Amino acid sequence: MEDEVFTNISGKPISLDCQSHSSFCREFTVSSPKVSIGKVTVYTCSVWLVAYAVFFFTQNTAVLSSAILVTLVGMMLHIHFVKIDHESLLVIGSLGIQVSSSYASGRESTTFIEMSKIKDIVINEAIYMHQIIYYLCILLKDPSDENTVSSVVPLFQSSKPRLNCLVKVYKSCQEVLSKCK
Amino acid sequence: MVLKVFFPQCCNRADSGLLVGRWIPGHDSAVVLAVIHYPFIPGQVKQYIQQMQAQSQVELSVLGSWSLPKEGQESMESFLRDLSTIFPKGRWLQISRQMGKMGFTCHIVNRDQNGKAVQQEVTKEYEDGDGNGEREEEEEEEERVIFVHYDQRKVMLSQLHPAQSGIHEPQSDAPSELRQMFQTVAHSEPLFFLDRYDDGPLKSTHWQSEGREASIIVELLKQASVPLCLLVSWLLSVWTWICNLWIFSVYPVRFLSTKLSTCIQLSYRTEHMTTLSSPNPAATHTHFMRKANILVSFMVDVALGMLLISWLYRDNRITVVANTLVPAADHVAKELDKLLQWLMGAPAGLKMNRALDQVLGRFFLYHIHLWISYIHLMSPFIERILWYGGLSACLGLTFALSLLSDMVALLTFHIYCFYVYGARLYCLKIYGLSSLWRLFRGKKWNVLRQRVDSCSYDLDQLFIGTLLFTILLFLLPTTALYYLVFTLLRLVVVLFQGILHLSVDFINSFPLFAMGLRICRPYRLAEGVKFRVLCDEPGTALHLLMEINPLRCSRVVQTYRTPTYSCYPKDSWAALVKKLFVGELIYPWRHKISKVD
Repeated sequence: MEDEVFTNISGKPISLDCQSHSSFCREFTVSSPKVSIGKVTVYTCSVWLVAYAVFFFTQNTAVLSSAILVTLVGMMLHIHFVKIDHESLLVIGSLGIQVSSSYASGRESTTFIEMSKIKDIVINEAIYMHQIIYYLCILLKDPSDENTVSSVVPLFQSSKPRLNCLVKVYKSCQEVLSKCK
Repeated sequence: MVLKVFFPQCCNRADSGLLVGRWIPGHDSAVVLAVIHYPFIPGQVKQYIQQMQAQSQVELSVLGSWSLPKEGQESMESFLRDLSTIFPKGRWLQISRQMGKMGFTCHIVNRDQNGKAVQQEVTKEYEDGDGNGEREEEEEEEERVIFVHYDQRKVMLSQLHPAQSGIHEPQSDAPSELRQMFQTVAHSEPLFFLDRYDDGPLKSTHWQSEGREASIIVELLKQASVPLCLLVSWLLSVWTWICNLWIFSVYPVRFLSTKLSTCIQLSYRTEHMTTLSSPNPAATHTHFMRKANILVSFMVDVALGMLLISWLYRDNRITVVANTLVPAADHVAKELDKLLQWLMGAPAGLKMNRALDQVLGRFFLYHIHLWISYIHLMSPFIERILWYGGLSACLGLTFALSLLSDMVALLTFHIYCFYVYGARLYCLKIYGLSSLWRLFRGKKWNVLRQRVDSCSYDLDQLFIGTLLFTILLFLLPTTALYYLVFTLLRLVVVLFQGILHLSVDFINSFPLFAMGLRICRPYRLAEGVKFRVLCDEPGTALHLLMEINPLRCSRVVQTYRTPTYSCYPKDSWAALVKKLFVGELIYPWRHKISKVD
């Protein structure tokens, strides 16, 4: 299990964890940086200052309680639906590939793609505004039609690692896929 | 190639015996369904398997042997090896486990048939080109076997839904490995009837081997449902006979019954009841879910209706409502009166054309007077009507809401009439204006070519045309104002009716049973599976735990929505505004009967 210094495309540090359960089963986990306490404090303080200012002018206590409610509900929704803690890729030769992302509240959202639908794993590049981003994706095919790519499933969408991390994952996946496709 | 063995969790601690299951054709995998224990007679095992195969239509076979030696028992390696000659079919798996250790070990014995023409695809897979003669090759491939542990009961009850992205898997195509595995376990129910309390010659272990469980309430309901279905279908036949009487086929009644939402709701519920009261059990999963959803929606509907009745008929509320209805109608009429008087004067400072104003205003005032007298005529009967109408809620809340919507439509009929008059007048004016405007510019509408062409008019045509154009133009503000006022009133009524129709539609079509199933028994509706690595001791095979990934709630609603008459606005906002501007009559909540598949 190596832990070199990887960064995502905005420069924030992320970590990659490779586990090899067997010669044809590998798991890769990319963890995003956690929610920083500074940002949380700034956000809550600004909301409460605004609420207090409104209260100062209107003298209505409902403003204060609604501000507290809004902050709490907003934070709960954020950690449950928005903030992804880590994303993992489990490659099982001749069975399929499992893509899972787990949120900061512990919720996990998993998709399993069977091997008969998978054509290949590739690193693709995309032009986004002024940047060229590399991303790892799975090419899917119809089981009946071997040659056409029916759809593309991008991986590690929220942690967005850079090319060095992607190359590592790519090489490892291709070893497994070439052995038992 | 990697061999995948789907192993049920209930057999993890089973005594040594034979593995019964199915090799999945087209893929290198096997599903273990049960373990038959020692002692057994091989002839009886073969007979049992053939019997099960006939009952369940699943190609069962003996996959191999399972050994979990207890204390004091010696390992039966040679006995297990000899067994493979008794069941000569394709590959033979020898799976063994030590108590206290997590991992299984698996030996695969590959054999070819001696000169027999092998029909099974399984043997075709591993014929590496040297399949001639009788040979036994033993390959120690502990590293190349994956054990996928699954919960047999959950997989048996679960229904795997097709992928969402529209990749159609028609039945003629080979279904995927996981789908075949789910289907195998679901269809092997007859195999799970033998439990350990049976006195038969064979003892097996599967998820029900501790004893079959059943719910007495479910059994009683199943027994009671047959006469109930017969009763409901008889009642329905009587009802359809009444509906098809000749008196209801006369034109005005038929037209009215397609317009009144109560009649539509009645026909809708009749359709539902027909689906429910068919005596055959549901054939497919979709059919079963639809029946269950209809039943649960109907029950909830009736319960809400009863709640409404209990609230409405308490404390003389009906009398209170009836007593406020007539003064309310009077009040509305007076307000309309005042509005018309305001329009007949100088509304918002605009100067109206006196004569036209008076004509239109008097016409509408007379209408209101007629309507008020009609309401006063009906006032002694209103309480009675409300009382009996409220009773209709015992058929369901949807009936009460449809009745309310129909009553509102009837009570505001005069507003609808005013709107139609105003709209027609305005529409005529607009068309006349546009045509005369073209004449004013020397152009004409070519009906053949559907375009505007230039045309030379005579002098008298131009003179009369221009005169009419000016008249219509100066009368435009008056008509436009009346049209605007009555359109706004009509839109308010339409909005209210629309809300009622949308809630009726919601109650009718929301799949409550499917939602309840998704929340309480999420494994029944499966979108896919998820795997977890259980143990990876070096030297043993890879063990994975397969869990069911339940369907997302949005997909549940999308898949299991009962098809209903859609009550959504059929025009987009832009088209609606254009229609309003031109003066075309708008019916935004057009009922469409959607096709039931």
